Amino acid sequence: MTDILNPRDAADVEAAVQWALAEAKTLEIVGKGSKRGIGRAAQWDLSLDLSGLSGVTLYEPQELVLSAKAGTPLAEIETLLAANNQELAFEPIDYGPLFGAPGGGGTIGGTLAANLSGPRRIKAGAARDHFLGFAAVSGRAETFKSGGRVVKNVTGYDLCKLMAGSWGTLATMTDVTVKVLPRAETEATLLVLGLDDAKATQAMSAAMNSPNDVSGAAHLSAPVARRVTGADRAVTALRVEGVAPSVTHRMHSLEALLKAFGALATLDEATSRPFWRSVRDVTPFAGDDRVVWRISTAPSRGYEIAAAIGEGEYFYDWAGGLIWLALGSLHDGGAARVRSALAGNGHATLIRAPAGLRASVAVFEPQTQGLAALTRRVKESFDPKSVLGPGRMVAGI
Amino acid sequence: MSVKMPELDQAVLARRAEIVAALQAIVPGEGVIAHEREMRPYESDGLTAYRQLPFVVVLPETTDQVSQVLAYCHANGIRVVPRGAGTSLSGGALPLADGVLLGMGKFNRVREIDFGNRVAVVEPGVTNLAISQAVAHEGFYYAPDPSSQIACSIGGNIAENSGGVHCLKYGMTTNNVLGCEIVLITGEVLRIGGKHLDAEGYDLLGIITGSEGLLGVVTEVTVRILKKPETARAVLVGFMSSEAAGECVGKIIGAGIIPGGMEMMDRPAIHAVEEFVHAGYPLDVEALLIVELDGPAAEVDHLLARVEAIARECGSTECRVSTSEDERLLFWAGRKAAFPAVGRISPDYYCMDGTIPRAKLPLVLKRTRELSEHYGLRVANVFHAGDGNLHPLILYDANKPGEPERTEEFGAEILKLCVEVGGVLTGEHGVGVEKRDLMPAMFSEIDLDQQQRLKCAFDAKGLLNPGKVFPTLHRCAELGRMHVHAGRVAFPDIPRF
Repeated sequence: MTDILNPRDAADVEAAVQWALAEAKTLEIVGKGSKRGIGRAAQWDLSLDLSGLSGVTLYEPQELVLSAKAGTPLAEIETLLAANNQELAFEPIDYGPLFGAPGGGGTIGGTLAANLSGPRRIKAGAARDHFLGFAAVSGRAETFKSGGRVVKNVTGYDLCKLMAGSWGTLATMTDVTVKVLPRAETEATLLVLGLDDAKATQAMSAAMNSPNDVSGAAHLSAPVARRVTGADRAVTALRVEGVAPSVTHRMHSLEALLKAFGALATLDEATSRPFWRSVRDVTPFAGDDRVVWRISTAPSRGYEIAAAIGEGEYFYDWAGGLIWLALGSLHDGGAARVRSALAGNGHATLIRAPAGLRASVAVFEPQTQGLAALTRRVKESFDPKSVLGPGRMVAGI
Repeated sequence: MSVKMPELDQAVLARRAEIVAALQAIVPGEGVIAHEREMRPYESDGLTAYRQLPFVVVLPETTDQVSQVLAYCHANGIRVVPRGAGTSLSGGALPLADGVLLGMGKFNRVREIDFGNRVAVVEPGVTNLAISQAVAHEGFYYAPDPSSQIACSIGGNIAENSGGVHCLKYGMTTNNVLGCEIVLITGEVLRIGGKHLDAEGYDLLGIITGSEGLLGVVTEVTVRILKKPETARAVLVGFMSSEAAGECVGKIIGAGIIPGGMEMMDRPAIHAVEEFVHAGYPLDVEALLIVELDGPAAEVDHLLARVEAIARECGSTECRVSTSEDERLLFWAGRKAAFPAVGRISPDYYCMDGTIPRAKLPLVLKRTRELSEHYGLRVANVFHAGDGNLHPLILYDANKPGEPERTEEFGAEILKLCVEVGGVLTGEHGVGVEKRDLMPAMFSEIDLDQQQRLKCAFDAKGLLNPGKVFPTLHRCAELGRMHVHAGRVAFPDIPRF
């Protein structure tokens, strides 16, 4: 059992990293552990548990900013925002269900460190696009900050971008500031029924290329759709959000645009919300133990890549540009198949897999030699002794 | 105005003829400019108060030439200043007397428009507006729209992470770029991102965007393009105080409305603009808001009614909704011409670019007025009100002894004030040389050292655009040094389980 360090504040975090440096120990940075099963399976000497650094420290709805300690539960932040009709517009996935855990388990720090997003990624961006500033302790045990608490800032390098998606391997964030936005008053979803993947891609593209401000575009084949809608029919789903008159208008406009593709159905606000939560949280693949891949590619290519993989069960988000793929037992978790089908046109991440598999195949998309070398130098510039989560993303880094 | 630049490399200066010949061998014909008269147009960028003739100007046309030029400079320890269209307002492209000025203007082709994936692949010298024009026939556009969009290049936009009047709703450059090809100072060519979303490892594209030409030279860019909203309408709202206007902005956002654009001008700016553009701005108000809503007509009308109600609640004295596309564009023509308009009422002006928490606006304007009296220099304010990005324009005369210096001091005081109230030194113009020496007002030495260590990961010899962004340059070896006190750090007093 790994020792766990439980810092109470940012000074404790600095002391812990200082100690680890001096003793040549490695640290796993963890919030609530809701995404612990993601990333390469590596061994670390101790866990640095940031859940003690908790609490919203600044929230100014009219300025669209919120600051919190890194270990603040995401659920607490989402509840606070909802009370003010605001939200994190990047719609972060809740990985709980996929990993057989209850939902609502993550922290704001983990959300940012993993650069989470959801169906609204295509319109509103990912965590990276809403991350305004932070304070962190580097692998040199130095506390530094970057960014600010205003929504528009270009002062110095945008280190928030690097922290987003670094999975705790560059620095340990202690305080973060994010941009928050008004929550849409209402939403509705148009379903096109019974399309195959190629036709669905065309339908989603037509919707995205219309001025209807679509904020979610997903396609679920019949067996996958059944687990979400209960009906045994493929659905191509297009979400619009906003004020009621606008949602009504845009739904009509989408209906006119897409009726030639197939039969249509509508989800009102009450049924649209849980539908998109299922897409966001990949619930069709919850509750089993298949390997799950997350593949990001050009939207027009998604269905070709899925066909080239030719195995397993999958569905599409991001207008076809995000493939969630569940595979049965293949000796390498399907890594060779997935990567050769993708052929460098995007990236594939092994999200859910047994530790043994995550130790033996590349979890994140392998990089070209030049990018890998640059990645290593970037890591060294923050964490020269590889104290912070070494090997979580790339072996030896 | 002057700023201390890195000490000249005499060895490089002494080898000028040889270096020029070597560069000519890489970029033949007119691609190398070495005569003083012909280099003169490159001596400054949009921040004309700072001037320096470059060592030599190189205008490559291919990625391979860029790679060879950089590799040569790297091998020979020669500094390089990348330049896009030269519209930087922070001196980001200010040349160095011992540095190659690498002009990217010949990279001016749109390589691919892919409507199926809603992206355009362009060369870095393509202007911001040209991207929108290239996709306009299908009703698309590129969202970030800095006021210099006719002239500024997308490569420069990446360097500065440029914004514009629509970025509260549609994001800055960093939120609208998907991929790039970049050449490191070693000459190594890397491709990052593409037509897909998000990075496969560390978000290097995110760090390159806004790095002010210090990390690499971008040779191709993939940007997202958006379908134009069905309609857009703007409303002009006048107030008798900037406090009331600021309150109105807060209430609009508080009501859950994110307008496509929300701009504010103070009295001096309104008058300068109206005289110049005749946009129909009211002249008897202290503050003017332009609020633009875009989307389907049903949405725009619905929200406009709400905005008008909020404006009345906040004591607006005038509220005029555009009734035609021409009128909407006229409202904007005024705002977009604010800088040149101010340029007409003063021999020179100096544009500042701080961001503040919006609630601090009345305080910042009051202190700015006090400083204006103290320095004896007039100020006009234009303000991206939605996101708190303030552009005070200081009016001065460069020919009056002492005025440029007083102006610079005044500007620095305003920016320090922005930081003091919880804001930042620059919202969209970049640090460049202009705000370089103010960086310690916002960042500690540790903060700046960490940023410079990242620079070392890209450019270990510090040859790309030195003298910009960082007030003090350190050698990478020095920055990398670690003081680990093995065995002397007690186990920290932290709870363990």
